[in-house]
Amino acid sequence: MASAMATTLASRPAPRGRARTLRRVALVLAVLAVVVLVWEGAKFLGGVPWRLPWQGPGDPILHRPPFKWAFVNDLNLPHVWDIAYALLQPFERGSEQNLAQGLFDAALYTWREAGIGFLVGALLGLVLATLFVHSRLLERAFVPYVVASQTIPIIALAPMIVFAIGQGVLAVVVVATYLTFFPVTIAMIRGLRSFDPRSMELMRSYAASDWHVYWKLRLPASLPYLFTGLKISATASIVGAIIGEDVGAIQSGLGRVITTFNQYYITGPEKLWAAILFAAMLGGAFFLVVRGVELVVLRGRPRAAEG
Amino acid sequence: MSSPGPVVRLAGVDKIFARGDGPVTAALEAIDLEIAAGEFISLIGPSGCGKSTLLRVIGDLTDPSAGDVVVNGKPARRARLDRDYGMVFQAPVLMDWRTVQGNVELPLEVMGWAPARRRERTREMLELVELADFVGHHPYQLSGGMQQRVAIARALAFEPAILLMDEPFGALDEMTRERMNSEVLRIWERTGTTIVFVTHSIPEAVFLSTRVVVMSPRPGRITRIVEVDLPRPRDEPTRESRRYFELITEVREALRAGGGLATELDDPSIASDERTLAEGAVG
Repeated sequence: MASAMATTLASRPAPRGRARTLRRVALVLAVLAVVVLVWEGAKFLGGVPWRLPWQGPGDPILHRPPFKWAFVNDLNLPHVWDIAYALLQPFERGSEQNLAQGLFDAALYTWREAGIGFLVGALLGLVLATLFVHSRLLERAFVPYVVASQTIPIIALAPMIVFAIGQGVLAVVVVATYLTFFPVTIAMIRGLRSFDPRSMELMRSYAASDWHVYWKLRLPASLPYLFTGLKISATASIVGAIIGEDVGAIQSGLGRVITTFNQYYITGPEKLWAAILFAAMLGGAFFLVVRGVELVVLRGRPRAAEG
Repeated sequence: MSSPGPVVRLAGVDKIFARGDGPVTAALEAIDLEIAAGEFISLIGPSGCGKSTLLRVIGDLTDPSAGDVVVNGKPARRARLDRDYGMVFQAPVLMDWRTVQGNVELPLEVMGWAPARRRERTREMLELVELADFVGHHPYQLSGGMQQRVAIARALAFEPAILLMDEPFGALDEMTRERMNSEVLRIWERTGTTIVFVTHSIPEAVFLSTRVVVMSPRPGRITRIVEVDLPRPRDEPTRESRRYFELITEVREALRAGGGLATELDDPSIASDERTLAEGAVG
């Protein structure tokens, strides 16, 4: 009887999980549709006269909005289809790549830097948190400085890092690391203390070494917290890498692309919007990768599916 | 365990809790107790009588304020470092990231057993508690009673000289509890392990034990030790025998005489107070 109950509980039907995933994707797409609708709706009411993406002044007007609102003109808020059209245009004058391909390459480049910074930062955060939970003295002495480190605007710090290390990918990685280690440190100070105190008594009754307590109790118990930190760090590392590329004058990556398109915003606002879109998608993709790893690592735990 | 002396010898054990500048609580006072190899001893008493604390003192999870605790002829600390204790708590305290197999293997991993030997022993233990079909399950997929059986398998896996059980079935319903009682007796008879068992339940204590140690609260003392001479093997007919009820009455009267009114036994507010004290002691 008991065994029958356990098997029912154990076998969670896969289709239900897939249906739930589909529903969540549909929800995200629905929100996107609403955003586009509000965006174009505002332009429909108060934008500048509508023309096809490849047409300019003098070409026939498709729709003349009744009002004239500056914040929805084509410079402040380009048409969604203008951004989409721009993605298919050459990345730069005379380049064979279109904008979408160029942005994809730039995003990959940025991801590489961000990813290294993320790994180094996560490791640093883990080491710091491990030291802090084993020594109240270290925790009291250094945690305030860890917190203070994050109140310095990265815009102020990045040039100093570039100056100290020299222009190059290393400086970008260091900036990404700087933004990454903090969420992991804070989450893991909590996580490494989140074990069931009775489990500690159990380990004590086994005369377990500190290493065994760490490796078999503290660390596994902390993993849900670790992934919470890592998910914040994943997006922060992208921001760090973009700022690092900008300040470090790296010739590739989203940071450089965003800087360039910023300078030419007046002539092509769609390009900067497209770059921002790719930066957002990169952050989202990195988040999803971490979430995927989380689902694999935490499988079998009762609340793994949440979060 | 070839030593002729008792497995556990407590002499003049006191335990005082002092919380900061708050009130001082005498949790245990002048405890003398000898437990022979292979005995099944129940500690019973109202909440706050220090029975859990006494168990923790025996297991070196907390230090006595005074007195001697000798286990297998050694100080309790030495016995703990020699891995003489198996512990079972009221909650199963399984690690939810480990499977049933992984949970039973935990102490064996800590103790450095080779993987093949670990697997072999785990299989034996899970057969003993009749959970061999659940090796790959995670704890949340099991019922409370099954989880507690995993905890018992884990505690017995490294063949500790003494099994310390702190209200192991207190969270289970009456039916499951009676089944678990029979199961623990069967395991005890097969393994010959010495068991010290803390409980709130008079019938449970009488059904299981060779001797029932009755305690009284504030300060926690041993007021009586009731010898249980029920024939073995004990099973369902035992629960209906006249002698069983006589012994239950004897234990109940001993509790009442010691100031532990029977009505106080299941007062949850006092129970939680006792737990707070016990946790405060670990720091």
